[in-house]
Amino acid sequence: MTERQIRLATCSLAGCFGCHMSFLDIDERLFDLVELIEFDRTPLTDIKHCGPCDVGIVEGGVCNAENVHVLKEFRKNCKVLVAIGACAINGGLPSLRNNIDLWDCFQEVYQYEGGLEGGVVPNDPELPLPFDKVHPIYEVVKVDYFLPGCPPSGDAIWRFLTDLLAGREPKLEYEQLHFD
Amino acid sequence: MDQPELSDCAQQLTQILTRHGRDASRLLQILRDVQDACHVISAQAIDLIAVHLAVPRVNVEGVAGFYSFLSTRPVGEYQVLFSGNITDQMLGQDELMQYLCNKLWVEPGKVSEDGLVSIAGTSCTGMCDQGPAALVNGWVLTNLDRNRLDLIGELIRSRKPVAEWPPMLFETADNIRRADMLLGDALAPGAAIGAVLARGARETLAEMDKSNLRGRGGAGFKTASKWSFCHAAIVEEEGHVICDVGGPPERVIVCNADEGEPGTFKDRVLLNSYADLVFEGMTVGARVVGASKGFLYLRGEYRYLLNRLEGVLKRRREAGLLGNAILGQADFSFDIEIHLGAGAYICGEESALIESLEGKRGRPRNRPPFPVTHGYQGRPTVVDNVETFACAAKIAEKGGAWFAAMGTAQSTGTKLLSVSGDVASPGIYEYPFGVTVRQVLADCGAEDPYAVQISGPSGTCVSWKEFDRCIAFEDIPTAGAFMVFSRKRDVFDAVRNFTHFFAHESCGFCTPCRVGTALQQKIIDKIHGGHGTLSDLEELKRLGHLLKTMSHCGLGSSAANPVLDVLAKFPDAFEHKLAGLAFEPAFDLDGALETARKITGRDDEWAHL
Ligand SMILES: Cc1cc2nc3c(=O)[nH]c(=O)nc-3n(C[C@H](O)[C@H](O)[C@H](O)COP(=O)(O)O)c2cc1C
Ligand code: SF4
Ligand code: SF4
Ligand code: FES
Repeated sequence: MTERQIRLATCSLAGCFGCHMSFLDIDERLFDLVELIEFDRTPLTDIKHCGPCDVGIVEGGVCNAENVHVLKEFRKNCKVLVAIGACAINGGLPSLRNNIDLWDCFQEVYQYEGGLEGGVVPNDPELPLPFDKVHPIYEVVKVDYFLPGCPPSGDAIWRFLTDLLAGREPKLEYEQLHFD
Repeated sequence: MDQPELSDCAQQLTQILTRHGRDASRLLQILRDVQDACHVISAQAIDLIAVHLAVPRVNVEGVAGFYSFLSTRPVGEYQVLFSGNITDQMLGQDELMQYLCNKLWVEPGKVSEDGLVSIAGTSCTGMCDQGPAALVNGWVLTNLDRNRLDLIGELIRSRKPVAEWPPMLFETADNIRRADMLLGDALAPGAAIGAVLARGARETLAEMDKSNLRGRGGAGFKTASKWSFCHAAIVEEEGHVICDVGGPPERVIVCNADEGEPGTFKDRVLLNSYADLVFEGMTVGARVVGASKGFLYLRGEYRYLLNRLEGVLKRRREAGLLGNAILGQADFSFDIEIHLGAGAYICGEESALIESLEGKRGRPRNRPPFPVTHGYQGRPTVVDNVETFACAAKIAEKGGAWFAAMGTAQSTGTKLLSVSGDVASPGIYEYPFGVTVRQVLADCGAEDPYAVQISGPSGTCVSWKEFDRCIAFEDIPTAGAFMVFSRKRDVFDAVRNFTHFFAHESCGFCTPCRVGTALQQKIIDKIHGGHGTLSDLEELKRLGHLLKTMSHCGLGSSAANPVLDVLAKFPDAFEHKLAGLAFEPAFDLDGALETARKITGRDDEWAHL
């Protein structure tokens, strides 16, 4: 077996894992992929922290303090950082909460809605502390590539990765960018 | 309590619809009146209007949602909108707005709890030489200061109808500081029309051609060419119509008085004191191209001029200068109707203006076909700026050669400049084309000038190193704005104001502009907030290129001008504000956790960044 030199890490922040599911949609091409790369931290390997990598792919926006730690760790360790999907690029679905005041949100969930924690807002340090608003990841770290879609199709992800791994500037065809 | 109000509005609505003849092309005018009467365009009103005009509900809602001066949520019984141009800000607009808000216990952008008052910002109201300015229920207030705001606060609290407020609050001045051929000697009403009738329409077009008059609205297209294209769109001899829309072929003359470019206010002065000259020019145009219908599209901010202008039209009709058989010429009828805008800069763009005239959202059309062949209701239409028509009247009276003798080779005649900012005497200055920036600055008493924004945010920022350049299509073309910034100003503030202006005024039709102007604003605000880095400047340049090349209309393609100009000419204005060379987050990470810390009562290590 040849030595796999390229290391790839992925993570999901404030996302729905839909982009990761779409990643799995490259189906049998996964076998080709693992010939080329070694996975670092991803939900597939269950590695908890990202080590030095060539490529990092981030799904989801930034909605809490923990997201920032993960994202900064990715940025520090990955030579190329990719935002995948509408959530990472723009905030996406989770950012629908940006029009709702955080106080109102907490009150609605923990105080008006019966049966949760006896009507108190939980304050366990284990729980990631949420931001006022959900932010796209480019507002927190420098992002090298944006792979659009909600989620991008498996074909789009495959095209993007194969371009990148071959040292080409990634380019998506029109068909891979639209859904009509 | 709600019920009587509702039926009250319904009743007014019926009257309004009747007044406008239930004509769907008057939808914008109808909605303006509803907004005036009810301070809101309610869902019920939209239903009713749709039924009465026999148009889909979504059309009515679409128009109601498009224009800034219409609102589908209630605004205060008294709505005060502060003019937000950079020149207003330089005169302390921000503090004044906050002062009035504090006085009336209302937050900017919100309605007071009793529904009495709402206070917010709006784009430039065209009072830059007598700012800070504001609109109260659509009527313009000038020269605001704390004393005036104290009085205004009292008037609002005592619920005095705006019509009964002291007139001095609404006084506006022409401030004509330098007059030349246009503003200098008055034209006797009818003189230009008489000259056209004596000379003949074709011969008058030849004079227009000789004059080499170019449009004063910004683009500088040769007026004689536009007029002859419009005339040629209907070939009369054979009855052959290129743009057959059914019905009798008809050409249309439109005067563009939208004057939305921040810092421009010369059309306001022309309409206030030279309306005869402007209407005369439109009538000359009508004779030359063969039009029988005319419109003046007056920006909503200038509604205070409406009665006066209607009066001038009436007087001209009585004098036989409008209407049927003008000056006794049996085959010459032409009349002018005034339409009011409702706070949308994009409606100055000629094809958006035509959409708006037809009662629709002001969305720029695909071009070609151009308005000269397919304009208002598909008919050949000339759209010209107010000042262009004023020049045309003078040319009709005095001839093309007379006009061409002024100015420069490619820019004949004179230009009205609207001078504002850091100068001793803001106001209107008329110069023959070719005048240097330095000359204008000297004449208006500029204090230690550092930069001049010429032709508004979509124009050019001229630095002190370039003051020997001149105002002409060959060098610095302009629609008239001339905003002066002294050395003590930070030009970055102007850039920031302009990017907010474009993001607010983008009509939203095409993505490069809708998203591009919003991203541009976001990056500028990031830099303003002290989080900017070199990579943000690179991103601004990339965005600017995208806006310039990919936008559907001129708004988007010029929306990056202020950023790119200042980046090129005053790089320090940006670089001083950068947090560092490497990347910086766009917001204060730890600060954005503060609310959640308060709610949860946490202060542990993981509750901070
Ligand atoms: C975004 C935008 C706003 C404009 N605003 C105005 C305006 O307020 N007044 C005006 O005369 N022309 C304005 N124009 C230019 C018009 O589209 C058009 O060129 C002009 O009215 C033609 O008249 P002219 O040939 O007499 O200059 C604007 C253009 C754009 C793209
Ligand atoms: S972009 Fe769409 S698929 Fe991807 S995480 Fe967000 S919501 Fe899920
Ligand atoms: S460029 Fe801007 S203003 Fe023009 S059509 Fe596109 S979105 Fe509308
Ligand atoms: S109206 Fe205030 S600057 Fe234009």
